[in-house]
Amino acid sequence: MSKMHVKMTVNGKEVEALAEPRMLLIHFLREELNITGPHIGCETTHCGACTVDLDGKSVKACTVFVAQANGANVTTVEGLVNDDGSLSVLQEMFREHHGLQCGFCTPGMITRAHRLLQENPNPSEEEVRFGMSGNLCRCTGYQNIVKAILAAAAELNAAREAAQ
Amino acid sequence: MTEAAQTREERATALKGLGTARKRVEDVRFTQGKGNYVDDIKLDGMLFGDFVRSPYAHAKVLSINTEAATALPGVVAVLTAADLEPLGLHWMPTLAGDKQMVLADGKVLFQGQEVAFVIAEDRYIAADAVELVEVEYEEQPVIVDPFKALEPDAPVLREDIRDQLEGAHGPRKHNNHIFTWEQGDKAATEAVLAGADVVAEEMVYYHRTHPCPLETCGCVASMDKVNGKLTLYGTFQAPHAVRTVASLISGIAEHNIRVISPDIGGGFGNKVGVYPGYICSVVASIVTGKPVKWVEDRIENLTSTAFARDYWMKGKIAATKDGKITGLWCHTTADHGAFDACADPTKFPAGFMNICTGSYDIPTAYLSVDGVYTNKAPGGVAYRCSFRVTEAAYFIERMIEVLAIKLGMDAAELRRINFIRADQFPYQSALGWEYDSGNYHAAWEKAMKAVDYEGLRAEQAKRLEDFKAGKTRKLMGIGLTHFTEIVGAGPVKNCDILGLGMFDSCEIRIHPTGSAIARLGTISQGQGHATTFAQILASEIGIPADDITVEEGDTDTAPYGLGTYGSRSTPVAGAATAMAGRKIRAKAQMIAAYLLEVHDDDVEFDVDRFVVKGAPERFKTMKEIAFASYNQAIPGVEPGLEAVSYYDPPNMTYPFGAYVCVVDVDVDTGVTDIRQFYALDDCGTRINPMIIEGQVHGGLTEALAIAMGQEMAYDEIGNVKTATLMDFFWPSPFETPNYQTDWTTTPSPHHPIGAKGVGESPNVGGVPCFSNAVHDAFRPFGLTQTNMPHDHWRVWKVAHDLGLHG
Ligand code: FES
Ligand code: FES
Repeated sequence: MSKMHVKMTVNGKEVEALAEPRMLLIHFLREELNITGPHIGCETTHCGACTVDLDGKSVKACTVFVAQANGANVTTVEGLVNDDGSLSVLQEMFREHHGLQCGFCTPGMITRAHRLLQENPNPSEEEVRFGMSGNLCRCTGYQNIVKAILAAAAELNAAREAAQ
Repeated sequence: MTEAAQTREERATALKGLGTARKRVEDVRFTQGKGNYVDDIKLDGMLFGDFVRSPYAHAKVLSINTEAATALPGVVAVLTAADLEPLGLHWMPTLAGDKQMVLADGKVLFQGQEVAFVIAEDRYIAADAVELVEVEYEEQPVIVDPFKALEPDAPVLREDIRDQLEGAHGPRKHNNHIFTWEQGDKAATEAVLAGADVVAEEMVYYHRTHPCPLETCGCVASMDKVNGKLTLYGTFQAPHAVRTVASLISGIAEHNIRVISPDIGGGFGNKVGVYPGYICSVVASIVTGKPVKWVEDRIENLTSTAFARDYWMKGKIAATKDGKITGLWCHTTADHGAFDACADPTKFPAGFMNICTGSYDIPTAYLSVDGVYTNKAPGGVAYRCSFRVTEAAYFIERMIEVLAIKLGMDAAELRRINFIRADQFPYQSALGWEYDSGNYHAAWEKAMKAVDYEGLRAEQAKRLEDFKAGKTRKLMGIGLTHFTEIVGAGPVKNCDILGLGMFDSCEIRIHPTGSAIARLGTISQGQGHATTFAQILASEIGIPADDITVEEGDTDTAPYGLGTYGSRSTPVAGAATAMAGRKIRAKAQMIAAYLLEVHDDDVEFDVDRFVVKGAPERFKTMKEIAFASYNQAIPGVEPGLEAVSYYDPPNMTYPFGAYVCVVDVDVDTGVTDIRQFYALDDCGTRINPMIIEGQVHGGLTEALAIAMGQEMAYDEIGNVKTATLMDFFWPSPFETPNYQTDWTTTPSPHHPIGAKGVGESPNVGGVPCFSNAVHDAFRPFGLTQTNMPHDHWRVWKVAHDLGLHG
């Protein structure tokens, strides 16, 4: 199959490559760019393991063709660490509250939670559970994931207030 | 503060040993997407394998035409059974003593069965080529019902063993029969039933489901033709066993095989078995001389790799009129699918189903299990439980409820009357186990008090009144469960898999500067071994957990072990860790005594040092001792500080728990709302409370899934109806409740640190608890038993059949 020229920004870096237009974004990231944070859990848009941020929205990269992402701005979990390489508040809170076990859902969870907290910086538990309902975890039972996200929201809000 | 100025308590805290809610060391990698799972592995020149699978559940394979597929640019080869046959690899042994087709040999026996293996330069080309392989099938009659499979004129599924009267586990009585397994005293149990005041009888079905970890199964096989070494990376819960099996079936010498389990994205029993994808990838790598990756997709995972449960358990329970249980009888019809690929210890073809007397002092019992072939996927693995313990727990906890109904008794009281008392441990069960320790009454009373059981019952009675008066359409159900698990397989004298004794191991090396590495025969799939095993060791040898690296999963470096499943890591490898630590300590004692110029017996271990008895100001820290072991010539003591321990447990461990679930059931919609879930677990000594709590949350959520919706459903011609996450229920955060966790601590008397294991308890106890809650809501209307999963439709149907829709 003939290839197309794709260009996008991934975690702040410009990338260019030749790819079959039918290639899924998740495969493009993982196999062409070696960005293996986002995982594949179903390939049918159910599990959210492949969640990335695409032009400011959470999307499931297993359901986006690379052609559709041409020119887009993509952020994956690798792009969420602080500039000095330390864990972001969300990442730290997942660790602090034991919001992960096998870690396979975690990149998608954190990437989605990152966007959720931009959409709603002060969510209730109910809103977190609803906002995260596209991301499945088989290990944790979610209770600690929810706790981690609420704790991150509180900490980020406190930091924002302090800065004002 | 200097080391010397620290109090004893501060020194102990600094170790982060047993009982510390230590943050997980794994998470620094995982939270930034730096895990290394099998699909992340990329080797030079790597090819991709993909399967052509059967659309039919039972058919003859008349021909396979691979021409068009092979001609597709980028396709390297297409393997069929004919290619594997000269190598003797078209069939493979299963862990249960049966054999299984690697690629369809003349026929297919379940939908999704592997028919041909395509090897191509990338996964897209492989997928294209799969479409181009032409297979001609001739459909055969399909059996999905194990009872029909045993009818006299049922079609024969396994032509390869037609008329063979002897199977791996004794005589076979029908061509679709695998084994009969009997435990206990049949005649005595029947006599008890015949003379009992009360006998309750029920068929309890535990439906077919699937472990379905978020990461599917996969591997990368890499045959290095130059040095003759095969490296096999994969999602293996038991890497050493995989190495031995790979050697036995491929003929490659075991020292030339290196098996590596990288990070694993959840296992839950799904990744114990050996699958055709592994064999095909190895053959493909040998044939092509290139690394070959195979990773299944979700549909393949659900339809072809190991399922769990599918037990039809017919039960009879006898009691006196005031509720003392006198006997238990159970006959199970076990649907194993097309090949018997259970992963049970060899002598236990129905696993530890004989723990089905549960937490109760039942003097007489009898269990028989018939294993049966059907046209479904093979498996029958221990899905987040020790071998068949979930089935056993569900059975007894349902039978108790059914008996309570028959007796007109409160189910909590009935349990109380029949619990094994604390003074009866070690307790010999009627079906052959010796329970190590327990205090069931204490756990039960704590649970009843925590939930205000009496108050809940009063609220429920009020709700029922309101319902009858037309004031509400919601019923309230209270689910109770007291379960006893049997985990930590197991003593080599009666536990082996393929002849490999189920011991486990730990090797420790202390470095000159006082930090350490510990290697184990197990492999974490999310349980946090790198965190918790270091904690066990920290308490044993006085080196901070933060200074101990834990490494698992590479057979070239780790000592031999049987892997991680059946909650065996803490009971077996955890014990090996403690024992190896004690060897280190024993040697450290000699070194300390030498350095302090006293007799060995005159020093004692104190948190992180050895002190002279009666003179605590004279001591040597473990750090100093470690250095001395490398730089001092000590008479009669070898240099270095290392130890290895292979631990053969004297007995299993028996964790237990008391759970309560409160549910509101809308009779018009069938919607169930879990209002409250209280889980008290007793897993003996607690290593890391944070991790225990996380395991309980996770196990309960899988239990919620199983009880309330998750199933592997087949239609009558063997089509899988739940092959994607659209149909296979997996609760989202929105559908999952919060849980209250609690504990009691009854250490195991035979385990070096008294730990029992916990990862699977919540799944074992959770399923009956959710299910009992739904049943309980309908008890006033005459419901005794209805099959799981209790999804909205089935709950609505129960209400409808009971006449609650007017
Ligand atoms: S892999 Fe994309 S949603 Fe599951
Ligand atoms: S941590 Fe394993 S799937 Fe979420």
